[in-house]
Amino acid sequence: MNPLDLTRRDFFATGTGLFVFIRAAAQQTQQPEAARPPGRGAYPTDFNAYLRISADGRVACFVGKVELGQGAMTSMAQCLAEELEVPYDSVDMVMGDTDLCPYDMGTFGSMCTPLFSPVLRAAGAEARAVLLQMAAERLGAPVDRLQVKAGVITDPVQSRRVAYGELVEGRRIERHIDKVPVKAVSAFTVIRQSPARRKDGLDKVTGKAKYSGDMVLPGMLCARILMPPAHGATLKSADTSAAEKTGARVVKDGGTIAVLHERREVADRALGLIQAQWDRPRTGLDDKTIFDHLQKTGPKLQPAGESGNLAEGEKLAAHLVERTYLNSYVAHATMETHSALAQIEGGKVTVWASTQAPFSVRGSVAQALGVEPRNVRIVTPYVGGGFGGKSAAEQGVEAARLAQITGRPVQVIRDRAEEFFYDTFRPAAVVKIRSGLSGAGKIVLWDYQVWGAGNGGARTSYDIPHQRTAFSGGWQGGNPPDMHPFGIGPWRAPSANSNTFAIESHMDILAAQAGKDPLEFRLNHLGDARLRRVLETAAKQFGWKPGKAPSGRGVGMAIGIYSNTHVATFAEVSVDKTTGRVRVKRVVSALDQGVTLNPEGMRQQMEGCITMGLGYTLAEEIRFKDGEVLDRNFDTYEIPRFSWLPKIETILVDNPGTPAGAGGEPPIVTMGASIANAIYDAVGARVLQLPITPERVKAALAKG
Amino acid sequence: MDRTISFTLNGKPSRVTTDDERMLLWVLRGDLGLTGVKFGCGAGLCGACTVIVDKQAVRSCSTPVKDVAGKQVLTIEGLSQDGRLDPIQEAFLKHHAFQCGYCTPGMILNAYALLLKTPRPTEAQIVEAMDDNLCRCGAHVRIVAAIQEAAEPARGGAR
Repeated sequence: MNPLDLTRRDFFATGTGLFVFIRAAAQQTQQPEAARPPGRGAYPTDFNAYLRISADGRVACFVGKVELGQGAMTSMAQCLAEELEVPYDSVDMVMGDTDLCPYDMGTFGSMCTPLFSPVLRAAGAEARAVLLQMAAERLGAPVDRLQVKAGVITDPVQSRRVAYGELVEGRRIERHIDKVPVKAVSAFTVIRQSPARRKDGLDKVTGKAKYSGDMVLPGMLCARILMPPAHGATLKSADTSAAEKTGARVVKDGGTIAVLHERREVADRALGLIQAQWDRPRTGLDDKTIFDHLQKTGPKLQPAGESGNLAEGEKLAAHLVERTYLNSYVAHATMETHSALAQIEGGKVTVWASTQAPFSVRGSVAQALGVEPRNVRIVTPYVGGGFGGKSAAEQGVEAARLAQITGRPVQVIRDRAEEFFYDTFRPAAVVKIRSGLSGAGKIVLWDYQVWGAGNGGARTSYDIPHQRTAFSGGWQGGNPPDMHPFGIGPWRAPSANSNTFAIESHMDILAAQAGKDPLEFRLNHLGDARLRRVLETAAKQFGWKPGKAPSGRGVGMAIGIYSNTHVATFAEVSVDKTTGRVRVKRVVSALDQGVTLNPEGMRQQMEGCITMGLGYTLAEEIRFKDGEVLDRNFDTYEIPRFSWLPKIETILVDNPGTPAGAGGEPPIVTMGASIANAIYDAVGARVLQLPITPERVKAALAKG
Repeated sequence: MDRTISFTLNGKPSRVTTDDERMLLWVLRGDLGLTGVKFGCGAGLCGACTVIVDKQAVRSCSTPVKDVAGKQVLTIEGLSQDGRLDPIQEAFLKHHAFQCGYCTPGMILNAYALLLKTPRPTEAQIVEAMDDNLCRCGAHVRIVAAIQEAAEPARGGAR
């Protein structure tokens, strides 16, 4: 169903004092609850912002989130179906459209499940209560006698029934009831079940799924934009005469040079013919010198938690263990590059954009074009992967600006090299841990400092009496302009990947120093009941047998917490001592999310995290020099492929008494350390730098 | 050079008059409106642009349109017949063998070509055949399971 079909209605009134009137769905944005950003993370309270029931009983569900592959289209439909009491199959999702959907800050940080699903459920619950009241009046029966099932309300005494569709007929519902409770977990029939089909399934297996680059309009021009050879380079001169001879239109706008043509290939050719001279920076900074640079240029270390007294801890320590851990810049490398189509018609700007934050893009486009935000509509079709990388969506602004200049619809689809160049990488990071063990093998000192990554997941979850955590800079911002040579930003479970790698590698180093089995050593320091439970569950499934590393078995573990979801992961590897190559053979991960909306969807996310995590752990790092990004495609920037696959086992630890935590990101945080620890267990090589490339394994083996 | 290229596209005769050095990817997407074929890397490294040409999986981003003259081209749009999904599509759907879906048309067509050639592939053969098709979301384990399931009816002999 097209939600715009809802529009051509008028005022309507029914008997029994019920007033219902309709507004065009497209005009919905002019209503305060739907259009005005009410502040960060604040959602409209009127349930009409989220749902519309048509005469045939189908329910349109409007959410400002976008479908990136994480399955929000499915789990949000489940939430509404559950509370509204309609079949999952009758819900049609409308997502990421700033004219139709209620304001949303963006689809990142796995906030959809913990923060947005309660809002949507509350809207569904209130609508159901209102519909029951309406039905009571229509049927002349008390509300508490009525039964509701699959969108039909029945009065068993009179044997009369009325369907939601008949009550509402696509209209906005003007009645409200305060404080309608949502269902108890024990009453769920849709949530905590796995739908047989994802909402996006049929579109995706038939090629009907449209992404931003698939949107086409008559008269559309394909644009290519001149990219500097390096970050920090400035354009001295550009001769575009050869480019113009291709028939492509050349646009110079501020510092931007774009070539446009109906055919993508002509624009490609024209771009290659631009003779540009650049002043390039010579900073001497590259992927090897970056780590010293981060510590030199990073802001002053800020405290992120302290307890006990470090001097006291130092006195209690029989052994001091200090290590430094390094992480490289890592690319998002989504299969869909940043894409957009922009059209300007009758003063209204419409941009179809691959983005995780359509409402932010609306503001950026409005500002760039000098128009009011209400005259800008961002439509987000399916997004071909995000992982944080499409929180920034400058291509939408570029397309809109070029549409304004040329007077034609303009499509921008980034080339792969542009995608790597303009990516907002996961920041490189340095972690220093100074720790102390008592003679009894207890950790008595923990002094943790991190540069680059940020403070997420930086505080240890272990019970250590004298500890301090401090951080300098982070993906969130607040970095001096010269700290990173290019853009950085959130990357799936930001901060936490880098911090968990350091913390959990260090725990194994301490366990070995104490002569303890790493599982027992962790449990000896772990009071958090949820972490203990996932750790013990995963250990059991994995078949952990106590032993001191390196045991030669090639087994390791790591635990972590991300956004109130607790996870433990065990890995088994084999290491070729001659080549340094690591093969991950088996991964077992147990996760406690609290209430899981869609168990099968959660498993998909766990498998995705485990598979994607192999990349940052074993291969992915951006090579660069003087602001030039040397990795430009998948030939040198390796991402996980089928032949890397371990046997993957996922366990959902049931915890219905706890509200849902993050779903899309948690297990990825444990991949780095579980594999690093397994490598050490296999061959005694401790690699302190991610990714753990064959060269680094060989270097660690040589060190012994 | 502009030339008229005739080929069979999803079972129907098709002609385009265009610069015959253009890549099949952009002709399919731009001239013929078949946007199920995706641009991923532009260099034959990721497999998002995979289509079937005379029963072989090819990378349309690196195949000039002149190379398909007189040949049979199959895209994801032509895989289901009369609204009935191909068994490989059914299997992808059942196993949720996708997340963002961007690599999916290429994955399905690459798997389809594998099953044409090797109706009962071993897991190792599946991994080998699929290894140059990249997926960033990590749907790999499910894609392998889906291909194994789609290969099952082949045991009866007919697909």
